[in-house]
Amino acid sequence: MGYKAKFRVWRGEGGEGKLEDFTVEVNEGEVVLDIIHRLQATQAPDLAVRWNCKAGKCGSCSMEINGKPRLGCMTRMSTFTEDETITVTPMRTFPVIKDLVTDVSFNYQKAREIPSFTPPASVKPGEYRMQQIDVERSQEFRKCIECFMCNNVCHVIRDHEENKTNFAGPRFLMRIAELDMHPYDVADRKDAAQEEHGLGYCNITKCCTEVCPEHIKITDNALIPMKERVVDRRYDPLVWLGNKIFKRSGSGSKG
Amino acid sequence: MTQTAADSPAPARRQRAQIRERTLRTDQWWRYPLVTFIIFTAFLVYATWAIFDTDFFVAPYHAPFASPCLAEAVCPEDARLFGWAPLGDWYTWPPGLLILGLPAGFRFTCYYYRKAYYRGFWLSPPACAVNEPHTKYTGESRFPLILQNVHRYFFYAAIVVGLILAYDAVKALIEKPGGVGTWVLIGNAILINLYTLSCHSCRHITAGRLNHFSKHPVRYRAWGFVSKLNAKHQELALVSMFSVMGADLYVRLVAKGVLTFAFA
Repeated sequence: MGYKAKFRVWRGEGGEGKLEDFTVEVNEGEVVLDIIHRLQATQAPDLAVRWNCKAGKCGSCSMEINGKPRLGCMTRMSTFTEDETITVTPMRTFPVIKDLVTDVSFNYQKAREIPSFTPPASVKPGEYRMQQIDVERSQEFRKCIECFMCNNVCHVIRDHEENKTNFAGPRFLMRIAELDMHPYDVADRKDAAQEEHGLGYCNITKCCTEVCPEHIKITDNALIPMKERVVDRRYDPLVWLGNKIFKRSGSGSKG
Repeated sequence: MTQTAADSPAPARRQRAQIRERTLRTDQWWRYPLVTFIIFTAFLVYATWAIFDTDFFVAPYHAPFASPCLAEAVCPEDARLFGWAPLGDWYTWPPGLLILGLPAGFRFTCYYYRKAYYRGFWLSPPACAVNEPHTKYTGESRFPLILQNVHRYFFYAAIVVGLILAYDAVKALIEKPGGVGTWVLIGNAILINLYTLSCHSCRHITAGRLNHFSKHPVRYRAWGFVSKLNAKHQELALVSMFSVMGADLYVRLVAKGVLTFAFA
């Protein structure tokens, strides 16, 4: 059964804008992105929204629905009551291009700052031999669809824009963890994570995990293990002593 | 005159959406920080009272907040760990003052508790997508919060404390197997030890620091076990907090003669 829903959608360009009210038809089985498309088709033809797959796999339609970072295509209208006013705004952490479309280039810049997979010089392509249990831990992180909602919700940069230079955000700290856990990666990730990518800024309040549409345990499986690896390297005198006595490599975690 | 790029104002697209509301969330986001604040404050108040309360032992029960009792002057002979009181009779302060710093430090630096009190007490942030009130933020990147990295040392101490609580429970089981207090202490010891084992540092030390699980099958299996517990770390942290408080209060009520039924 269809009904008329009340929507408030943020409209504007370059940061300046306001919430505009709409009343729009909703049908059974629809998601918020369907309603935004209906608004485009019937009332606001110039309403800008980024979208692609409508299946929760491309990460394009990230927006904030009733204040929470969500994928528009994965937020069912049936989760709201019929008399509820639904507020849709662009992601707050990134600059607005127009309406619901944000400029997420911050994330691509951070991605470029992380050195890629670095195998040992002695191992040639085709010679990698890994068992499933050695790689399955970091395979969880490969589920990331790069919707950037974790970086959007992280208060380190959401509430403190000045930290953007020093903090890569959960998405890319997870990428560093993924590489550091890789059996064949030999690059120094721990010092870089702490000094260049701001792992120490994370106070593990788990908002990144809460909003992840792929249900990746970002905090428990990537950020905290990476923090512990950094402790091995920088803050644990016993590990330092063990490395000296047993002549282990400085990483202390490439076993 | 042609306008050059340098003369142009900065591109407008560099600005975020200017939304005045602190949050547009419509759910009860304030419940988690509020409930956390109330529960943790109650725990702190109770712990402070318990430290200075002297009725911490009634044979064979030993209140967890005062265990182990290490000072001759304040510990009844039965309450000493293996009959041992290394501090002699010069120490006359409450026994809890000597040891509570270790489990307290373990919980204070625990990754779950950090999340909870950063949200509930420091409002950093109070909830996801709710603006925090602070104008500056450096997190755990510098002093004093960089000291949170000491967590694994408190974990080592917490293992010892957990074993001592298990010893107290076994001792009570041997001396009074039918006592309610015995089973209260056993339940508490189990929960405390499960919480300790579910710690993120334990997970890391077990095998999380390794990159080749296949070369360390025993450690990998242990890591798998700890990881399963770790998924319940928050629940274990809270349940064990209530259990230790409950067990401690129970023993003190028996010691004070408030609970006097036959199988107390």
